[in-house]
Amino acid sequence: MLAYLFRRVGQALVVMGVMATIVFFGLYTVGNPVDLLINPEDDLAAQEAAMARLGLDKPIHVQFGYFLSGLAQGDLGTSFVHNRPAIELILSRLPATLELAILAMTLAVLIGVPLGMYAGLRPNSAGAKLIMAGSVVGFSTPNFWQGLMLIMLFAVFWGVLPAGGRGDTVDVLGVPVSFLTLDGLSHMILPALNLAIYKMSLVIRLARAGTAEVALQDYVKYARARGLSPTRVVGVHVLKNILIPVVTVLGLETGNVIAFAVVTETVFAWPGIGKLLIDSIGLLDRPVVVAYLMLTVFLFVMINLVVDIGYSLLDPRVRIRGGGK
Amino acid sequence: MKNLSTAAVALALGSLVPLPAVAQSLVAGFASEPSSVDPLYHNLGPNNATRKHMFESLVGEDANLGIVPELAESWSTSEDGLTWTFKLREGVKFHDGGDFTSRDFLYTACRIPNVPNSPSSMAGFIKSAETITAPDAMTIQVTTASPYPLLLTDFASFGVISASANGHDGPVEYTAEGCPGIDGYLDSNAYNDGSATIGTGPYKFVSFTPGESIVMERFDGYWGGAPYWEQITIRPITNEGARVAALLAGDVDVIEKPPVQDLERLRSDPKVNVVQGASSRVIYLHFDHAGEPSPGIEGTDGKNPMKDVRVRRAISLAIDRGLIVDRIMGGLAVPARQLVPDFMRGTDPEIGLETADAEAAKALLAEAGYPDGFKLVLGTPNDRYINDAQIAQAVAQMLTRVGIETEVDAMTASVFFSRRNNYEFSLYLAGWGASGAGMASPLRALVASQNKDKGLGGTNRGRYSNPELDAVIEEALATVEPEKHDALLRQASRIVVEDMGILPLHYEVTPWALRAGLTMDPRADQHTVLTTVRPE
Repeated sequence: MLAYLFRRVGQALVVMGVMATIVFFGLYTVGNPVDLLINPEDDLAAQEAAMARLGLDKPIHVQFGYFLSGLAQGDLGTSFVHNRPAIELILSRLPATLELAILAMTLAVLIGVPLGMYAGLRPNSAGAKLIMAGSVVGFSTPNFWQGLMLIMLFAVFWGVLPAGGRGDTVDVLGVPVSFLTLDGLSHMILPALNLAIYKMSLVIRLARAGTAEVALQDYVKYARARGLSPTRVVGVHVLKNILIPVVTVLGLETGNVIAFAVVTETVFAWPGIGKLLIDSIGLLDRPVVVAYLMLTVFLFVMINLVVDIGYSLLDPRVRIRGGGK
Repeated sequence: MKNLSTAAVALALGSLVPLPAVAQSLVAGFASEPSSVDPLYHNLGPNNATRKHMFESLVGEDANLGIVPELAESWSTSEDGLTWTFKLREGVKFHDGGDFTSRDFLYTACRIPNVPNSPSSMAGFIKSAETITAPDAMTIQVTTASPYPLLLTDFASFGVISASANGHDGPVEYTAEGCPGIDGYLDSNAYNDGSATIGTGPYKFVSFTPGESIVMERFDGYWGGAPYWEQITIRPITNEGARVAALLAGDVDVIEKPPVQDLERLRSDPKVNVVQGASSRVIYLHFDHAGEPSPGIEGTDGKNPMKDVRVRRAISLAIDRGLIVDRIMGGLAVPARQLVPDFMRGTDPEIGLETADAEAAKALLAEAGYPDGFKLVLGTPNDRYINDAQIAQAVAQMLTRVGIETEVDAMTASVFFSRRNNYEFSLYLAGWGASGAGMASPLRALVASQNKDKGLGGTNRGRYSNPELDAVIEEALATVEPEKHDALLRQASRIVVEDMGILPLHYEVTPWALRAGLTMDPRADQHTVLTTVRPE
């Protein structure tokens, strides 16, 4: 098990390295950050001075060399715009995105799995048809439009929820979180819902497909014949067996939600890392973008690791193979 | 039972609506966020707009960018124009109770070139000052190597910080090479967390949460009298739809840059008050005066038609500016012929607007040797200026009508500026917001020949070069006497219009939207300074 873990972490590091290289050179070809940072009233001498100050006047492979040597010391660079270490900048915004992601995934699972199972168990009912139609709408609607519609409905027409931003925060172990206050929760609901609707639709379809297949299996019929209560049949035997595909997709989607909730965070002015990413790309703030994407790779690999370990817990037939036989 | 549960749900949802905690508090939705609250860190629009709430400059710029007294009550220039003497205002206090004296201005000048890791330094604003001295606590004297008329505009561009709040209690001496006796300077992070954010402005710093909000509160000891609002919160909401929604939902009281397509609806909404004002920002087209052949031009056998003044005049005649203002800008623009609008210094009132004339344009093109026109690529950003890409499309259609088959190449600002600075465009659309310097500002940056040593032509990416114009510009930049200075600026403007080195399209009119019952003074530099927001 330990060897397995080490191998996975090693793979993660290799992918991170490749990603950093690609992003570094890729951003370089987009343009010169100085053109965006500097005030247009500054003359050519000031522009050159700014380039020298940021180390951008050196050839790209020299800049990459500096980056690598900084990396070896654990320094992922300092943001051009904010004058803070890139990692610190990202980590300071991470809690906001994490709490949104957790709430969104929780909503997706808590609502999506029961709805999907219902649709799978009673496929010809009106309810099931409504749920499936809803799920199609859910994953076809463009995210930004959906977000703006939620704002228009709940904040402008009905005036019951705020139109964006983060509410009051409470410090837990030095980290500001907003789900512990009522005001904070009211600010979280709409963006979390915006994120959750798409995931929910996926989960509904997966749960339905899984349930429809599992409900016809022999062991379910046997359990019913034995007189087990419907709750136990559905809640234990059916549920556990449909979870593997659901967990796989949720794993991928959780990574997506944390790293790329850019549109939702922009529409709802939520101060998370997705918004930081899009702003940094627009300003060609290369250290932040590189650090961000390396972190994203690490996150995805770790999540998939957790999913794989989860398999072995959910399905006793799957055992984590160690290094040898 | 159903009614009870419905009522319970309504009650629960209703209790989630945040109630205003502070009376007379103002919440504003901004389109972009400052990179820091350090007034000297980054010479950027949002940073400068925000600093005006908390920090003041030696001289200020009013809503029309005219110079007014601020921390300096009066000033005078010597006969030879080389020495400026400023008398400072008495009784000005910093937010921490300290007195504002000449020492603080000297410290500010010392820190400006030494702000650690500044992405865009403000050093350009003090580089014309050869020496800055303080004969006494209430006087500042500045000498320049040669007469420099724009010193006041430069000094209006940065806020004064407190020497003591930055950890320096001793005397301050300014020299251009560095100030002796000062060990080091705090970096922007000390300002972002509030420890050094001490200014003389009407509001004092409370908190800065990046991506979330900037909170300021009333400074009762302000020399101009305690301001109206008890607390101001600035929230960055970059998505324009969400910004308007926040105003309509009542989450914010004022927003900047409401999208042009929503203005009709906002104007007719009784809960919203739309305020707009003329700005100094001109949207212009710049020609490639140097490329041979020019990168985006085809069908001319390798010649660069932009070098011919007849072609340039033809392009100007082909464009119906009034139509663009009406249809594309929704009336929120003023057609332009010169580089700055008429309320700014240096504009020649004799120069009128041009009427579009497609036939005359075709005739000029034929005269210049292009009876069948040619192909052109027009470069433009698509997310930088109001409706930039749409303006470019309209221009392209108008040019195609007279025979210049134009294709629009629109891209995001980061790519656009890099490509422009690499001289990849034959014709590009861009904007310029003139400072209080008036015509001098775009003259020296956009149409003066590129000259690194003299600091000219920094944004002249068309590489326009007219020696006659350069001579007038340089003379204007060395003439301190306001009348003569303005006359030279007018002369330069006439040359630019005659030679059509650059093509101004229109000046933007800046809209702001507030909740009904509030109003504010629009500013020509498009900065949202909330100190003028007040009940109607």
